[in-house]
Amino acid sequence: MNTQLLLIQVFNGLVNGAFYALLSLGLAVIFGMLRIVNFMHGALYMLGAFTAFALGQAFGLGFWPSLILAPILVGLLGMVLERTLLSRLYGLDPSYNLLLTFGLTLLTQDLVKQFMLSHYAVSSAPYTPPAALAGVVNLGFVVFPKYRLFVIVLSLVICLLTWFIIEKTRVGAIIRASTENPTVTRAFGINVSKWVTGVFGVGVGLAGLAGVLAAPIYSVEPYMGAELIITTFAVVVIGGLGSILGSVITGFAVGVLAAVGSALYPPIANTLVFILMALVLLVRPSGLFGLPEGAK
Amino acid sequence: MTVLPRTAARTDRQRMTRAAWLIGLGIVLLILPRLIYPVLALDILAWGLFAVAFDLLFGFSGLLSFGHAAFWGTSAYVTAFLLSHGQSVPVAMLGGTASALLIAVPIGYLSVRSIGIYFSMITLAFAQMISFVALQWTDVTGGENGLQGFARPSFLGLDFSDSTTRYYFCLVLFAIGFYVAYRTVRSPFGQALQAVRDNEQRAQSIGYNPTRFKFTAFLISAALAGLAGSMFTFAHGVVSLDVLNWRTSGEVVMMTLLGGTTTLFGPVIGAGLVLLLRDTLTTANLPVGIVTGLVFVLVVLFFRRGVVGTVQYWLRRR
Repeated sequence: MNTQLLLIQVFNGLVNGAFYALLSLGLAVIFGMLRIVNFMHGALYMLGAFTAFALGQAFGLGFWPSLILAPILVGLLGMVLERTLLSRLYGLDPSYNLLLTFGLTLLTQDLVKQFMLSHYAVSSAPYTPPAALAGVVNLGFVVFPKYRLFVIVLSLVICLLTWFIIEKTRVGAIIRASTENPTVTRAFGINVSKWVTGVFGVGVGLAGLAGVLAAPIYSVEPYMGAELIITTFAVVVIGGLGSILGSVITGFAVGVLAAVGSALYPPIANTLVFILMALVLLVRPSGLFGLPEGAK
Repeated sequence: MTVLPRTAARTDRQRMTRAAWLIGLGIVLLILPRLIYPVLALDILAWGLFAVAFDLLFGFSGLLSFGHAAFWGTSAYVTAFLLSHGQSVPVAMLGGTASALLIAVPIGYLSVRSIGIYFSMITLAFAQMISFVALQWTDVTGGENGLQGFARPSFLGLDFSDSTTRYYFCLVLFAIGFYVAYRTVRSPFGQALQAVRDNEQRAQSIGYNPTRFKFTAFLISAALAGLAGSMFTFAHGVVSLDVLNWRTSGEVVMMTLLGGTTTLFGPVIGAGLVLLLRDTLTTANLPVGIVTGLVFVLVVLFFRRGVVGTVQYWLRRR
């Protein structure tokens, strides 16, 4: 394989990695803070893409307003779900959250499917990238679509920003305190359950954002999150569940490895991440960046 | 958690209830092909045993496998493959079950060391790996098309082209599978397994090896899921990638929860209810995914004991 092709694969891998990173980051924030395993994350990613598409159809909104609005709407929906449904399961085994969100996934996917069929008579719809990001850009060593480059950069920025907020700011300190010791945090006059709802909203909003970003690359389709969520789970297991840095690094790394691997041996593309996961588990059952087990 | 019987009267009552469930379930299963069409009845047997296998692991060892489709699906494919290569029905089904057990060895070895939600995600990922293999290995699995049109040669004078005959043949296999699960749970091994589930440290301190217990339970569960998957292929005469989809893993969880975990009878009833519901929805042309998703959500939120669990709870409170 020549260098040119390899570089293109690396960049394509970074694009996929950007989606893995954004999704597993959201999962990590939600799990790390709330102990919720959100199986619905893939469906919310799909809802992000679908909302962008629906906003365009209904109000003629383009990519840029949708990029802001759709994640907010998805985040709000997430907050409603957290308040009304997920909060009923706190204190129980995290399995129940997984099961509840699995049910919600089935429900959401099929609702969107019915809606798309009845309102637009389509089962999948293309979504055009904004004019400013059309075409390709010559990086000197490789020619690459502008939009894909934008996805990589924006995703990196968002990941770093999230990491910074949680690790370095006062807001992050409150969030970490609320989840590590809710009782004491409450004693300091902080409304823990409001923070929990907010964090869930932000985590879910990240999935929505990934969805809008994905819409111009893959088309908008009710089951677009279904396979992705499984890969994301594998990424999360490799990186270490709940580790923010781990999920971002592993997300991009897995994207690149899978892309390069598939150039060398095509059938391996989708399996590589799971093989990687098995290997990591053999050596470190809690993942590369995870805390040793016990903090389940 | 099983409450240890304190009085002889209570033991007697428990034994009576158990016998009542057993007889009731037996009678229903015996006349089932007369009540609904036989292929649906066969589906209930296969999924019912699948759910029992899952419950053995989830209910009695506390391990929520979210990748049990791996065993069900592998066995379904191997059974179909053997049948399409001219093997007899018992050989094909045995081969399917054995293949499920075989892949459960590395998967179980790697995953039972993890606890809680890690275990769920790891089993899910392994199932996904198997599913990709099935998709890629077109020579053996038929890829996207799956395998179909294979023969089901007669065995001991039983004509398997008749779905009622298939049903009663599978009922025997179901009974064997159910008995294995029942004996496992009621044996000292099953008691130790529940001890590990309730408090791993304590179980370890009295000399049990938790990992080994969980691994053994994993293997038994996988083999039974394999037997069920093989029944499923045998029932329908086709196998497709659906058998390895993660929705399949989720559906068996739903059936078990709906019927009631740690009850063994419950999963069978849960499977029956889900399949009857789905059949009704399909024939009435209603959105299946929306309704089943809704049922799932409601069960997890408000009905965690399940049907059998709730009945048992009432009986115990009286």
